[in-house]
Amino acid sequence: MDVLALARWQFAITTVYHFLFVPLTLGFTLALALMETQYVRTGDEKYKKMVLFWGKMFLVNFAIGVATGIVQEFQFGMNWSEYSRFVGDIFGVPLAIEALLAFFLESTFLGIWIFGWEKLSKKMHLAAIWLVAIGSNLSAIWILIANSFMQQPVGYHLVNGRAEMTDFFALLTSGHVWVQFPHVFFAGISTTAFFILTVSIYQLNKNKNQEVFKSSFKFAIVYGIIGTIFVAIIGHSQAQYMVKVQPMKMAAAEALWESENPASMSLFTIGDETKREDVFALKIPGALSFLAYNKFDGEVKGIKNLQAEYEVKYGPGNYVPPVAISYWTFRMMVGAGAAMFFVLLIGWWVAYKKNFDFSPIFYKILLFGVSLPFIANATGWIFTEMGRQPWTVFGLFRIEDSVSKATTAGEVLFTTIGYTVLYGILLIPTVYLWRKFAIKGVDAMNIHESNHSEN
Amino acid sequence: MDLNIIWFILVTVLFIGFFFLEGFDYGVGILLPFLGKDDKARRVIINTIGPHWDGNEVWLLTAGGAIFAAFPHWYATMFSGFYLALFLMLVAIIVRAVSFEFRSKDENSKWRNTWDWIIFFGSAVPALLWGVALANLIRGLPIDETMTYTGGFFNLLNPYAIVGGVASFLLFTLHGAIFLTLKTTDDILESAKATARKLWLPSTIVLLLFVVYSYIETDVIAGFGINPGVVPIVALLAILSVGYFLKVKREGWAFIMMGITIAFSTISIFSGLFPRVMVSSTNPDWSLTIYNASSSDYTLGVMSIVALIFVPIVLIYQSWTYWVFRKRISRKSELEY
Repeated sequence: MDVLALARWQFAITTVYHFLFVPLTLGFTLALALMETQYVRTGDEKYKKMVLFWGKMFLVNFAIGVATGIVQEFQFGMNWSEYSRFVGDIFGVPLAIEALLAFFLESTFLGIWIFGWEKLSKKMHLAAIWLVAIGSNLSAIWILIANSFMQQPVGYHLVNGRAEMTDFFALLTSGHVWVQFPHVFFAGISTTAFFILTVSIYQLNKNKNQEVFKSSFKFAIVYGIIGTIFVAIIGHSQAQYMVKVQPMKMAAAEALWESENPASMSLFTIGDETKREDVFALKIPGALSFLAYNKFDGEVKGIKNLQAEYEVKYGPGNYVPPVAISYWTFRMMVGAGAAMFFVLLIGWWVAYKKNFDFSPIFYKILLFGVSLPFIANATGWIFTEMGRQPWTVFGLFRIEDSVSKATTAGEVLFTTIGYTVLYGILLIPTVYLWRKFAIKGVDAMNIHESNHSEN
Repeated sequence: MDLNIIWFILVTVLFIGFFFLEGFDYGVGILLPFLGKDDKARRVIINTIGPHWDGNEVWLLTAGGAIFAAFPHWYATMFSGFYLALFLMLVAIIVRAVSFEFRSKDENSKWRNTWDWIIFFGSAVPALLWGVALANLIRGLPIDETMTYTGGFFNLLNPYAIVGGVASFLLFTLHGAIFLTLKTTDDILESAKATARKLWLPSTIVLLLFVVYSYIETDVIAGFGINPGVVPIVALLAILSVGYFLKVKREGWAFIMMGITIAFSTISIFSGLFPRVMVSSTNPDWSLTIYNASSSDYTLGVMSIVALIFVPIVLIYQSWTYWVFRKRISRKSELEY
């Protein structure tokens, strides 16, 4: 493999791995802030136990999320230096602001929160976790401002072969940011809900009278239902936005070779990517037009038509992203999201209508169900980044021009293997600790409590 | 003064903040397995930086982000040029961050001992690499006319850079030892004091060696002529006074002087670079400067406003955390596990 292919693999591996943990951080900090708010408002020790237990779970996640995030900031320079030169005037700004506004807030107040139970008043301690929650979600906004520029460049002009910023507020108010960020925000909430749900049901299955886990379970059901509903609603407006600004990505997601009006949505397609035609396809007439425009007619452009259009606009070249990957990752994301919603509905019924008298089947569904949000998160990002190919900045800058010139294939191969092995090894203690705390339940906090006399 | 100069100064300030704060974190991490004779002592030592190390590390992320935003070519050339060295640094940073969170979450002594040594490794490697990196920056690197680094990994391991690495390693370790004398009690305090006194002489000698070596290897000090200017002299006087204050048991003053040593050494290096940001040893005309490597005035202007508002806010709340956790930590303290 050449430097470009290896650098792409490295980006894919390190980003997907990093994003296993990020949604949990986004959702968990907010969940902990809500739980601790309940504790401060009611004074009920049950809520403090919840905060301590889930806080421990969260910290295992946070450490590895932060550590792998540093690689993300550095690898633009390491592997994609030509991209960094082209776009640094714009792309560097949200990254720097992310560190200054969000990372400082998140890390500093997390330190205060972990070590400050005895040093701060209850209200100050509560304020600390709210600042952590605000900080981590702010960081999501800034990094998505950066990513949105890659999907839909705004507020720039080209000078001497590189993009320079002309309007900072155009970046902040880019429509792309404000469909992408809420999608990620609610995905974080949904992911955390499933994590809490699974550990809680494991504990409830062992011993049904644990108040802490019943409350946690109910919290997670509500948290998750809100999360998944909003992920879906916003996902729908994201798709409509995509039809407008990245029609090729939509066409690839649907394996829509030719423009159609009204456009049909694929239920199941086996296609031939080189010939650009269907081998077998099952389609719902008009459904894609509805997805795109909320009405059953309207043209959705096809891959071949867009390719012809782009050849005129950008010159000769292949402007079609990998169709099979786009098609299937899009479906896995949507499918996993829908499955999550239904699992949560059953969970709601179990908790509120059946008073936690759940069947072994539901117990098993949930133990497997925890993988759903992680599948949805990973495939969602693979889709959104692959669907943009061959561009790094849509319509402006191509992937083959982005890669570093100073690195050799051997070096990139070495570091790719290095990260993969290191990340793989780090999963072992992470899962070990999660599993240990999940099994021990509230007892896992014993060390903590022996050191902290209750106020 | 134009925006390019302001941003060069701001990047220098971010590195000073980073070296000063993360410097003692590295030192504490390096000393952990040696000064922590038992598990309790190790927990005390970790607790001295426990609430702070993560926030301190953000200074590096902010410096990296600021270089990317203000001087994209500097970011691109340096990060792709220092490729394998940076990879090593990233591995160290990753395992170190994870160790701080993981080590106390299991009682098994093998588990804890393993993570403690990873903290040592994760602190020692960056402490060394920072000196190597800075030395190479001022010594110059093979860079061609397209701002592309043309050397390999072993270009970075020249004797001068290694002296720089040993110097930063020793200075950060000394800084950490002095920090511990302010944050601990009883037996841990005594061993921190003894360690600081032992480390002072070799640190000072290696730093002096680095300065002399810089006369030979770089144009940084030669540029000053016979009179090196006030900045490096302050740095040297400060490190000398650290020895004095350690001897008369005024550790607070020693810590302040150590901070001045780190700050003024950093200023010496960056002012030696100025107005270049990366020196090309291939052809001086191909060096990256604060002008040919920078972003547009518009971007620098936006970033200036953001920095003007938020850097002071960050300084206020980070200082406040040091105030909250100002008490010394003893074996009898309520330790966080």
